[in-house]
Amino acid sequence: MIGNVLGMMAILGGAFFLLVGSVGLVRLPDFYSRNHATGKSDTLGIMLVIFGMILIEGVTLNSAKLFFVLVFVFLTNPTGTHALANAALRGGLKPWFRKNVRKAE
Amino acid sequence: MCDGSNPKPIMIDKFFLYCTVVLTVIIFIPLYRVVKGPTIFDRMLGAGAIGTKTMVLILATGFVFNRFDMFVDITLAYAVLNFIGTIAISKFLGTEKGNG
Repeated sequence: MIGNVLGMMAILGGAFFLLVGSVGLVRLPDFYSRNHATGKSDTLGIMLVIFGMILIEGVTLNSAKLFFVLVFVFLTNPTGTHALANAALRGGLKPWFRKNVRKAE
Repeated sequence: MCDGSNPKPIMIDKFFLYCTVVLTVIIFIPLYRVVKGPTIFDRMLGAGAIGTKTMVLILATGFVFNRFDMFVDITLAYAVLNFIGTIAISKFLGTEKGNG
């Protein structure tokens, strides 16, 4: 019972971080800052949600598979965003600075 | 119960049902960036964010339908496909100049 309550709290926290990542993906000014939003907040949110599901499920084979999904997400989600940012930098996408805004005014 | 695990209380089922609804609303937010993104990297980033959130949606759906052992395998395959797709697209885009 206490595991169920702790798992629900972890899942609610993870859903909050997923919402923060989505809002940051819409509202931040350029590609690199959006990459930062979805690379960190989404990884933390998904790991919290899967950790809560492990707490609800208990010690079974399914929770072992869930642990593998957690480790996989922890390794691959930042790797994917880093590869995308590297491709953008090599493709010639300029980062956003505040002085660019001031020059445009 | 397909694998003989203990049945979950009714509160857990209701909680995961509401979780799927909230996650569906959260998934629709990055679609704005996929449709309107100024560069192709923004669209790819939005597609990756949608894919990672869909993993969580599939897991919650498994709790709702009480077939969690099947849906966790689907989630593993989906995570691998999402990662391979992002890496392949970024390798393809990184070899060309002037995409920004």
